[in-house]
Amino acid sequence: MAPLLSVSDLAVARGGRRAVEGVTFSLDAGQALILRGANGIGKTTLLRTVAGLQAAVDGIVDAAPDAIAYAAHADGIKGALTVRENLGFWAQVFDGPAIGAALAAMNLSDLADRPAAMLSAGQKRRLGLARLLVTGRPVWVLDEPTVSLDTASVALFVQAVRGHLSGGGAALMATHIDLNLPEATVLDLTPYRADPRRVQDRVPAGFDEAFA
Amino acid sequence: MTALLLRDLRLAVRAGGGFGLGLAFFLILCTLVPFGVGPQGGTLALIAPGILWVGALLACLLSLDRIFALDWEDGSLDLLATAPLPMEGTVLVKAAAHWITTGLPLVAAAPVFGLLLHLPAGAQGWLVLSLLIGTPALSMLGAFGAALTVGLRRGGLLLSLLVLPLYVPTLIFGAETVRRGGAGMDAITPLAFLTAITLAVLGAIPFAAAAALRVNLR
Repeated sequence: MAPLLSVSDLAVARGGRRAVEGVTFSLDAGQALILRGANGIGKTTLLRTVAGLQAAVDGIVDAAPDAIAYAAHADGIKGALTVRENLGFWAQVFDGPAIGAALAAMNLSDLADRPAAMLSAGQKRRLGLARLLVTGRPVWVLDEPTVSLDTASVALFVQAVRGHLSGGGAALMATHIDLNLPEATVLDLTPYRADPRRVQDRVPAGFDEAFA
Repeated sequence: MTALLLRDLRLAVRAGGGFGLGLAFFLILCTLVPFGVGPQGGTLALIAPGILWVGALLACLLSLDRIFALDWEDGSLDLLATAPLPMEGTVLVKAAAHWITTGLPLVAAAPVFGLLLHLPAGAQGWLVLSLLIGTPALSMLGAFGAALTVGLRRGGLLLSLLVLPLYVPTLIFGAETVRRGGAGMDAITPLAFLTAITLAVLGAIPFAAAAALRVNLR
């Protein structure tokens, strides 16, 4: 069986400057990969590239179409809508499963009818993670998913990831904390840092860069 | 796509959504013009088609930067880009939501504003018809401008500068339709041009706006 996500010799750039290059990994069903590396090394850029939000400078990202669910630093929550409405919207967009289970998994059932603007930062983050559960997509690409979560919520999140993995999913995440997730392998990005002295990278690709 | 449309409409009518902002602006303009120009019916009737169309255009402009900026700020736009909706569909839906919350109320309220400006009775029907046909183009072109300027700090001014020239053809043919209707002349020709502009805009602009959004998201 082909891996759910395979990345080979990937180079990504931010602001026209290469961040990391030569990154190669693949994720099968049930596997999780944790990206580590210092601030600014290019974890977010790499994840955005894998999610298809920006083009790779070099290398190949191979995943089935509509396989990836991406969760960024910002949760995409509308404060004027209730928790249920926020989550229901994404469930409809992704044509995913009902939202009851996702609310329960992230311990949001009691908050379901609250306007999202009233939630705390950690509760908002839980709502953002609950969105992953209603996408029904196999590959989760998560950018620092545990920011502003308390210990109990991190445990909930790990439980959700574990459930996702055992259901045949895969997860790629950037995080700085130790998740207590034995299934996961860790990839340190430090050796892949692009050499900033390389001259050819300083030359912008030109006008067509933006439209490539 | 229905889900996105319903969400945007719901957001618009909730607190801080800006629903009715364009309508209120239109009302203010139409009540102030007679004070400024003087209450003579003849003068007002002469300039009414132009004032009404310029008013509709500016009212539409007022809420344009909200089309994508809010979704950009809270990260929804990134998530929508990775959702199964094609970007073109997202643009089309967002423009439609903008039209329903801004353009459609203007169309419905236009006869009342026409009365305020002494618009001849014969032109009322043409006013409603031309606004109904012309304002979707305003929302769609606005969505294009909003897509180009999304992520820019204080992009509102740039957005106006980009979009207003694109509004000129719609303004010319829209106001001309109303003027001819009021004068009892044949108004079908400008109306046909107005329709053609709107159809061309609706057909082509979603692709341009989606391309602009993709560039801005990376």
